[in-house]
Amino acid sequence: MTDARTAELRGFKEVQRLAYACAEAVAARLRPGVTEREAARMQREWLRARGVRDWFHLPFAWFGDRTAFAGFRIPLQFFPTGRRLEAGMPFILDLAPVHRGFTADVGYSGCLGPNRLHGKLLADLEAHRELILREVRERRSLREIYEDVDRLMVRQGYANRHRAYPFGVIAHKIDRVKERRWSPHVFGFGTQSLKGLAGDALHGHRDGWSPLWSPYRFSDHPPKPGLWAVEPHLGFRGTGAKFEEILVVTDSRDPEQSAFWLDDDLPHVRRWAEAV
Amino acid sequence: MSNGAGGAGGTDTGLAGARERWVRTGGIELCVAELGDPARPTVLLVHGYPDSKEVWSQVAGRLADRFHVVLYDVRGHGRSTAPVPLRGGFTLEKLTDDFLAVADAVSPDRPVHLVGHDWGSVQSWEFVTVARTEGRIASFTSMSGPSLDHLGHWIKQRAARPTPRRAGQLLGQGAKSWYIYLLHTPVLPELAWRGPLGKRWPKILQRIEKIPGGTYPTSSLPQDAAHGAWLYRDNVRARLRRPRTDAYAHAPVQLITPTGDAFLSERLYDDLEQWAPHLVRRTLPAKHWVPRTRPDQLASWIGDFVMAHEDGGLPDRGAAPSGPYAERFGGQLVLVTGAAGGIGRATAFAFAEAGARIVAVDRDAEGAARTAELARLIGAPDAWAEPADVGDGQAMERLAEKVATEYGIVDVLVNNAGIGLSGAFLDTTAEDWKKVLDVNLWGVIHGCRLFGKQMAERGQGGHIVNIASAAAYQPSKALPAYSTSKAAVLMLSECLRAELAGQGIGVSAICPGFVNTNITSTAHFTGVSVEEEERRRKKTSRLYGLRNYPPEKVADAVLRAVVRNQAVVPVTPEARGARLLSRFAPGALRALARVEPPL
Repeated sequence: MTDARTAELRGFKEVQRLAYACAEAVAARLRPGVTEREAARMQREWLRARGVRDWFHLPFAWFGDRTAFAGFRIPLQFFPTGRRLEAGMPFILDLAPVHRGFTADVGYSGCLGPNRLHGKLLADLEAHRELILREVRERRSLREIYEDVDRLMVRQGYANRHRAYPFGVIAHKIDRVKERRWSPHVFGFGTQSLKGLAGDALHGHRDGWSPLWSPYRFSDHPPKPGLWAVEPHLGFRGTGAKFEEILVVTDSRDPEQSAFWLDDDLPHVRRWAEAV
Repeated sequence: MSNGAGGAGGTDTGLAGARERWVRTGGIELCVAELGDPARPTVLLVHGYPDSKEVWSQVAGRLADRFHVVLYDVRGHGRSTAPVPLRGGFTLEKLTDDFLAVADAVSPDRPVHLVGHDWGSVQSWEFVTVARTEGRIASFTSMSGPSLDHLGHWIKQRAARPTPRRAGQLLGQGAKSWYIYLLHTPVLPELAWRGPLGKRWPKILQRIEKIPGGTYPTSSLPQDAAHGAWLYRDNVRARLRRPRTDAYAHAPVQLITPTGDAFLSERLYDDLEQWAPHLVRRTLPAKHWVPRTRPDQLASWIGDFVMAHEDGGLPDRGAAPSGPYAERFGGQLVLVTGAAGGIGRATAFAFAEAGARIVAVDRDAEGAARTAELARLIGAPDAWAEPADVGDGQAMERLAEKVATEYGIVDVLVNNAGIGLSGAFLDTTAEDWKKVLDVNLWGVIHGCRLFGKQMAERGQGGHIVNIASAAAYQPSKALPAYSTSKAAVLMLSECLRAELAGQGIGVSAICPGFVNTNITSTAHFTGVSVEEEERRRKKTSRLYGLRNYPPEKVADAVLRAVVRNQAVVPVTPEARGARLLSRFAPGALRALARVEPPL
């Protein structure tokens, strides 16, 4: 691996750590009565204070049965609402800051107080992290991997909730973003990042691949080298849990190097390790 | 006064092994019976009208191994003596004196758990809402007996602002209270009870209330009923005219409402939360005399409620039962076949959320275990996985035996397991037929045969749900074998419903249309190559996925069907449409049957 490549990965790793640090800091400050809007603002302010000026998307916060996207029909329902947190309620913080031109997109699932069902969902996400990495290394088509994740969820007894995301994606490509003094966003998504995604989509359309990892035909291709923000999202009767982190896919012939998780020192991974 | 009938009553109490004692209070003697270890929490059972403490014999026997169970004959009933004169001797104040005297005698140091049925519940409401009993009652389970004060307010509210609905409620309860008016006439009730009515009462109970015969009612009945008329005369008019405004319960209350009660409307309890905070509601599909007809269910609910309010309470089991069905299914035993996925799993979860105990049966042991594990996490007090093939008669017999001995008698049975088979009749081999009939039809037959028999033998009601299909009445050239099996299930359910109706066991057939489950990915397609079969499976799965009707909605229909005791329930619009056509335009269905499926 070249030095430039290593430096680039380090940049992504740093911003992903920053994003997870933000999620953990905000999660620790959540109390009964806090609204989704307040939680989203806390994330925004925390990251602004640490130099974040642009976003892939503005921070989201979902509480209670909104973690499982119960009754979601239109994309506007993803935006934070006045729903207040209560004891025992699950929550998800989803944030995607751009820092020094590097993008991260992370999802943090937590719960206010003990909730055994939520713990079970979180524990069951581990199998999905392993399955995705294994099948990406096998260079299976993204659509097939999507279907395998779907089947595993059904076998576990859960519903696939990433299907509710735009285009039903389980993952999307992320990339470096040019730093501009003015970085507007539309519908919560940074214009610079959207531009990058649109460019990828255009190129991909010509070459037969897509930056969106979906259940549809346009994702019927082997994994494309690059950085993918992978976000399997489980739902079970009003309780939802997800993780989101960066998967690095390269064109190396060595299976180990052909795909790997950017960072293995993340809250959900540490949690699984502690449980063992 | 002498109690000629009382002596006989003592010999056939049905309270085997009970220790008797007499408590003197206010010039009368109360006959008190005790069962179980006095060191355990005390459960005090108060009987109604026209009854004596023996009405509780079956419930008391079931509680005695866990609790110190105390029963007493209310003054003037059973072997307790009656006040002289009778008029003015049955006021709620005097009945409260009796209760306190009994409670002090049997449990001087600890508060008692009160359980009342009918007039026992009416007077217990008085005990639990007056100040002088505070600290003497740990919990109260009420069945079929409202507080007269609450009733007074209930009537006043409805009479003061009689909207059509409120007027309807008032008239409905007014019609159910016919016997109260009769009891207010002088002498006549006494003459009737000591004469022909007293003689015929056991037969009437058996025929109308479906109470099994035997030692109940006891031979003191005419005397009890004649004296008990004063319960009404001394209290009803006075309390309804001037209901107390401070009748708030000072102990936790559990309300058990029989839905088929001929004397009390369910609406009476609509505003009860304002009088009894943290009220726990239970409903039971039964008639008025639940202590005789549903002793198992009562003992289980009383036991759970008592334990929850003893020191320490129950251990935390995760999520509390919730949702509209919790009051009906809490603590019941529900067995679901084919519970490793699809409709079966969703049904098991829906029952688990309502607080039922779950037995998840499936060929796929791992999937069934998974269902049981998640069921425990969302509210089931207990859940077990039982691997079994429903088509295997012997395996099912072993299963039925194991379930009965280890978990109890099933309250709700859901025969859901089924497999798909598609292809022309002429391409379907005898082997294919056997396979699909074994699971889809014989599975249901074995389930109904074995578990239905257990339900009927217990004689305390229950419900059987068979998952048929819209294919049961929608012919199709693509599904001859599958449709045949499901049509058989539908007819079996209808016949069984007729047979078991007399025993309080309901049977429902659910007919879903296209539901997004993995039945499509395991279905067998006859008369095609392996690759073609695989292609068709994928295609059907995709089509069902596009239709995307969730199994959770079918599960919801199952619970609703049990609560409402519905006979046939089509689920999904296409199933309802086909059902309608099958009655009014069967020709259209026959035309549809000829259409080639888009595979």
